[in-house]
This record gives sequence, C-alpha cells and structure tokens, in this order.
Amino acid sequence: MDRALRRKFANQAFVVICTGAALVALAALALIMFSLLTKGVGGVDLMLFTADTPAPDSPGGLRNAIVGSILMCGVAMMIAVVIGVLAGTWLAEIGGNTPYGHVVRFLNDVLLSAPSILIGLFVYWWVVVPMGGFSGWAGAIALGILATPIVTRTTEDILNLQPNALREAGMALGASQWVTVRSIIWKAAGAGMLTGGLLGFARISGETAPLLFTALNNQFLSFDMSKPFASLPGAIYPFAMSPYETWNTLAWAGALLITLAVLGVNILGRWLARDKDHK
Amino acid sequence: MSLQSARHPDPVDPIFRGLAFAAATTLLLTLGGLIVALMIGGWPAISKFGFGFLTSSTWNPVTEVYGAAGPIVGTLITAVLSLAIALPIAVCVSVFLTQYCPKAIAQPVSTAIELLAGIPSIVYGMWGLFVFAPWFARTVQLPILTSLDPESFWGKLLAGVPNGANIFTASIVLAIMILPYMSAVFRELFRSIPPQVREAAFGLGCTSYEVVGSVLIPYVKKGMIGVVMLGFGRALGETMAVTFIIGNSHRFPDSLFASGSTLASTIANEFNEASGVHLASLIALGLVLFLITFTVLAIARALLSSQRY
Repeated sequence: MDRALRRKFANQAFVVICTGAALVALAALALIMFSLLTKGVGGVDLMLFTADTPAPDSPGGLRNAIVGSILMCGVAMMIAVVIGVLAGTWLAEIGGNTPYGHVVRFLNDVLLSAPSILIGLFVYWWVVVPMGGFSGWAGAIALGILATPIVTRTTEDILNLQPNALREAGMALGASQWVTVRSIIWKAAGAGMLTGGLLGFARISGETAPLLFTALNNQFLSFDMSKPFASLPGAIYPFAMSPYETWNTLAWAGALLITLAVLGVNILGRWLARDKDHK
Repeated sequence: MSLQSARHPDPVDPIFRGLAFAAATTLLLTLGGLIVALMIGGWPAISKFGFGFLTSSTWNPVTEVYGAAGPIVGTLITAVLSLAIALPIAVCVSVFLTQYCPKAIAQPVSTAIELLAGIPSIVYGMWGLFVFAPWFARTVQLPILTSLDPESFWGKLLAGVPNGANIFTASIVLAIMILPYMSAVFRELFRSIPPQVREAAFGLGCTSYEVVGSVLIPYVKKGMIGVVMLGFGRALGETMAVTFIIGNSHRFPDSLFASGSTLASTIANEFNEASGVHLASLIALGLVLFLITFTVLAIARALLSSQRY
C-alpha cells in the first residue's frame, strides 16, 4: 500500500512539475513577445518605411535597411536555391548512397548548425579581403551559405518522400534522368521544396552576426551591392547598443518588423506544406 | 532503360548530373574553405603565442598580447549553464505537450513553440539588454549584494557590478533562446515513438511518470542526447543574444555575476576595429570556436544519424 501511495505521489508531482515548467517556458516566451510588441509598435509609422536611418536624436526611419535586407536576402536565396536544390537532388536521386554522398550529407548537417559568425569569417577571408572591401555581395554570399544547407536538406527529404513509381514511370516512357527529375519529381515535390526555401529565407532574414564584417552597414539608400550595404539586423545592432532613445526606438521597431516577417514566412511555409499533406 | 534512350542518350543528362555533383561538392568546399581560412587567418596569432594562446587570459590590444582563456571559459560556462537550465524545462514542456495537455490546446501551443524557435536571436538579445538585465540588477543582484558577506563563498560566487550584464543573465537569455528549439525537437522525438510502446507500458500498470521516465525517455535516449548536443552547439556559437548582455570583458570570469565574454561575442565586438595580430587573434578565436562546435555537432549528428531530425 505504501508503495502504491508513493508511486501515485511521484506521478502527481511529475505532472505538476511538467505543467509548471510548460507554463514557465510559455510565460517567458510570451514576455519577450509582449516587450517586442509594446516597445516596437511605438516606432512603427509611415516614416519608418519612407525615411533612411537618421543621425542621433533626429527623426528617421529604416527604409535603406529594409531595402538592403530584401535585396541581400533575395540574392542569397537565389544562390541557396540553385546550389541547394541541385545538391539535394544529387543526394536523393544520384549519389546519396555512395561513400562520398554520406560525407556530403554529414557535412551538410554540420553546416546546418554551424555558428553563423564563422560563416561571416569565411566570407570575410575569401570575399571581402580579395575584393578589397565590405560589400552587399559579400553579405548576400554569407547569407546564401547559411541558407544553402537548409534548402539542400529539405530538398533531399522531400524528394525521398516521392514514390519510386514516379521514377519508374518516367523511365518507362523513355525519359532521361534529367527529364524525369525536372518534369516529374520536382513537379510532384514542388510545394515541399518551396517550403524549404521559405524556411531558409526565414532563417537568414534575421541573421546579424555574419553581416557585421561582410556587408557592414550603410546609412543611405543604396542599390550598389559592390559597396557596404545596409540591412535591418545591421541597423538594429548599433541602434540598440547606442545610448540615444530615438535610435533605441527604431531598433525595437526594426526588431518587430523582422520578427513579423520571419513569423509570416514561416506560417506561409507551414501552410503550403499542410496544403500538400491534405491532397 | 528504354531502347530509345539507350540509342540517343539525352545530352542534357550528363550536364545535369555534373551540375548536381558540383553543387554537392560546393558544400564540401565551403567547409574545407572555412577551415583553411581560419587556419591561415589565425596563423600569425597561433605562431606568435603558441599553446599559451589557449591558456593565457590576457587580452590586451595595447601591448598586443592575446590569450583566449577568458572567452573560451566564458563560452563553455554560458553554454553549459544555459543547457542546464533549458534541458529539464524542454523535457517537461515536451512531455506536457505529448502526454498531459488536452489535444485542443496541444496543437496550437506546439505550433507557437515551433514558430518561436525561428525568432532571430537579436530579438532575444535586445530583450535581455533592455528588459531582463535591468530587472535582474534591481530585484536579484542588488538585494544579494547588500545582504551577503562579500568574503563568504556565496558572496564571492555572486559578486559583480549590479548592472545585470553578466555571465548568469547571458546564460538565462541563451536558455530561453534554445528552449523552443529543444522543446520542439523533443516533442517530435516523443511523437515518433509507436503508440503500442506507450500502451504496453500503461497495460503493465505503470503510472504516467513511470511510462515517461522508464519507457519513453529510454526509447528515444540516443536521439535526445543528439538533440542536447545540437542545442549545446547552438549555445556555444550563438553571437547576438550573448553579445548584448554578457558585458564583454576579457578577464577570466571569477564569479557568476561577473561580466565576461564568449568566443563569438569577442569576434563580433572587435573584428571591425582590429588589424594585424589583433585580427589574427580574433580569427584564431574563430578556429577554436570551430573546433569546439564541430566536435559537438559531429557527435550530435552521429547520434542522430539513425533517426534524422
């Protein structure tokens, strides 16, 4: 009887602890979102999108940073999608089971979680130094390298989910592997691959560390990616660290923008993936 | 293979295979290039300071003497501490979501947690700097400072400037940052367990605590260790969430509430002002960070290779 009582007590304590921990975790995360909303919303106005980053204690917005982020992430995603989709296809359709394929898959998984600041150092050494200065291209390459393993991984996973009957059907029609992959496999896996791309985009749009010494920053609106380039995270970091209140407000507004963008893209990606499951 | 394609092979096919192979090789080259860059870039510092680079805690840009012991210890302490905080909570959250929570709540909460895992780390860093650090300084550090004898063990362990920017607060912010990620993957692990396993355990008369502790967790033990290592790797290499709040001092951390630095935060802070040996030392810090994280990630991936997440 004593033992049964003890077991019952242990069980109840466990349930209470688990529920309590879940509440604490959710409360902490809710607290962060609450601060972000209350402090961020105050800085969101029309000027945020129409004016460039200001001097200390004067009004301004984040137009140059928003444009810079969009351009750099766009170029980065082009790099990541081309390399990632091809590499993922190679792993799933061609050489994934060779020893070399295992090595590539392993290293891709390592790259997937490698500290982003190291990618910044990599691009600094191989792009910024040879090119003679910080540039938007360097920033885009750094972000591209961060997104590529994500696209590679999701592409491989999605292609592996496609039934072999599809591949056999292509072969039976006399199609080459290229035609089979392009017209049948990629088409069937389209939504899933798009989700992978969106997840990659969501990951890089908030990345700060790799931009610090690749794209640097730019106070003015610029479309010349061979020069130092503005980005939202690149503007938020110094603004948040500064003692000026106007800059702090802008930093919170920028953080809110990034978070909303990341959440939006993630939700879109999930929605696309779910739509696929239901068919 | 059909007769037709054997006679007239598609000329695009070898190009496609070649390009796909090249793309896969690019990933390999990226990692190789990263190691080469870190070694060449860090070489001036490594050759100048030798093994002492790892053991010395002097970091002096004026006299050009650099040692990485402070940042290395700071990195390890914050990562271990944040993991120690986040791991039990993450396990509890995932157990709660998969075992106890009503389904109607579990789904939206799980989705919310997965979404939070994607929030950029700079947001966590800003929250730490503007909200958490001042609160911590006011309600925790000041009372401790005034009530503890500075010569006692606890007084020494918890000594520090009461501004909230220290190793302990950085660890807490890191813990909150890796929490959603770890909870989400733990939940996936628990969900991957066949329901028969759970039903069998309940059928033997186990309480739900015994089911979780003696059956479910051992069932996914390997995967869980892998996830823990992934979380550890994340905490080791995290830059922005830490740089904001750790206080950025290079001395060897001597108390929990002392300001410190990590490998990543030092690089982020000083890289753009550095040149010569200073720059090389920062890149050498990157090499140290790479070696630590690569080892951790390699172990994690090896453990997870049977069940990929």
